[in-house]
Amino acid sequence: MAKVLMKGNEALGEAAVRAGCRFFFGYPITPQSELPHYLAKRLPEVGGVFLQAESEVAAINMVYGASGAGARVMTSSSSPGISLKMEGISYMAGAELPCVIVNMQRGGPGLGGIQPGQADYFQAVKGGGHGDYRLLVLAPASIQEMVDLMGKAFELADKYRNPVMILGDGILGQMMEPVEFPEMLDPASLPDKPYATTGAREREPRIVNSLFLDPVELEEHNLKLKEKYDHMVAEETRAESYFTEDSEIVLVAYGSSARVAKAAVDQARAQGIKAGLFRPITLFPFPKHQIQEACQNAKQVLTVEMSLGQMVEDVRYNLEFRIPVHFYGRVGGMVPTTRAVFDEIKRLVDGEVD
Amino acid sequence: MLQEIILAGFGGQGVMSMGQLLAYAGMEEDKQVSWIPSYGPEMRGGTANCSVTISDVSVSSPLISEPDTLIVLNRPSLEKFEQDIKPGGLLLINSSLVDRDPLRKDLRILKIPADDLANEKFGNTRVANMILLGAFVAITKAVSLDSVVGALKKVLPEYRHNLIPLNRQALELGAELASGA
Repeated sequence: MAKVLMKGNEALGEAAVRAGCRFFFGYPITPQSELPHYLAKRLPEVGGVFLQAESEVAAINMVYGASGAGARVMTSSSSPGISLKMEGISYMAGAELPCVIVNMQRGGPGLGGIQPGQADYFQAVKGGGHGDYRLLVLAPASIQEMVDLMGKAFELADKYRNPVMILGDGILGQMMEPVEFPEMLDPASLPDKPYATTGAREREPRIVNSLFLDPVELEEHNLKLKEKYDHMVAEETRAESYFTEDSEIVLVAYGSSARVAKAAVDQARAQGIKAGLFRPITLFPFPKHQIQEACQNAKQVLTVEMSLGQMVEDVRYNLEFRIPVHFYGRVGGMVPTTRAVFDEIKRLVDGEVD
Repeated sequence: MLQEIILAGFGGQGVMSMGQLLAYAGMEEDKQVSWIPSYGPEMRGGTANCSVTISDVSVSSPLISEPDTLIVLNRPSLEKFEQDIKPGGLLLINSSLVDRDPLRKDLRILKIPADDLANEKFGNTRVANMILLGAFVAITKAVSLDSVVGALKKVLPEYRHNLIPLNRQALELGAELASGA
């Protein structure tokens, strides 16, 4: 298929349809509303269901219901709306139900603003909802990658029977880039889901639930979930390294910030500074081995985020505190500029470290 | 070739469409492109801008803080972005609506009374943006005028395709003015 120029939000919608998603439940919020807007038109064309719920809480519980019945289903929102969905997300993780959740982050906390942000990293990666659960978190940095990861997200959700989050931001949602879509996947070709409540005719009833009143049973359930998360850590890490082989300073950034960091690395290289970029594509599981390899010659690391320092904690932890890890961030909808990140690289390699 | 452009004006002047036309035209020429709009609570009459990158190699950052070119359709946009243009960069001004001179002396500057021309020549101020876009393309050759004309089919909704000849004429007028400048 030829390339088309498309907004990130709309491209994600089309990618979901092509990945066999036929159900969307959501509630509008800037800067992700083009996604439900696109699917409101597109899903009925392929026999799917688009429903604007009365709230985010209702939407995520509709996702729970559809997933429990075996459907490929998704929802999307932006920061405050994702907070509202957190209870349902924890329930889905507990009930082992697959789904895809898109978060086009904006500035917070609270209602915050509508301009881009990356301050929901902790919420996405460390919990957000209650209980010992994990989301698989994918962090695309271009429109093409968003499309490619959408198919992957549904695959992983089914593989692990776990919610998967695509963590974007307002820039990725609003930006247009050329994109190529995969072929349409027929949802009827997907394997049967042995847990789905499809009507208990001539078989034992199936129960989808996250309630385990017996602590012995609940502990066992938790341990079983942990085994899945360990599997993800062992098998699902993804990352991209850019000029890291000989880098004295390695930048670490995800999503839109990684694009800015990449341009700053280009500028630094043009001036003879050995700089590189490490870009995690999975935020959980964090690509530990890849980051250690990318930073093996680095004397220092600079993490760039649209937050006041969230992923930087995982960068330090995964590098096992062996290399100094610095931080540069902008918040509130302000976006780091290439110049500012380059100046920070220069300051660090020139040794003007505080 | 790497051309980073900021286009700015009032909402309703067609700056978003200008940017999309450039991005489409670049894509059709197999160049790497990106387009980012400003987004916010503003509607028609408020300020709007978009950033477009056209490049021979993959676009590292689609976010532009120091554009090669600034195209301004109104005065607030000149005030907002003039200081950001790269030294030696290009500044295209819609002098029909910008009633002051730029402060920078290190730029290539072209003033076109686009609204007045659009009204005089075509009886329609809504193609003022196309006159400026035509001038930009003629000066920078970032994409060809033919590609921009071709992109009109993609950017204009089908029920507006009857306006393609008018838009093409406006683009050509702008290109002509820039070649004479």
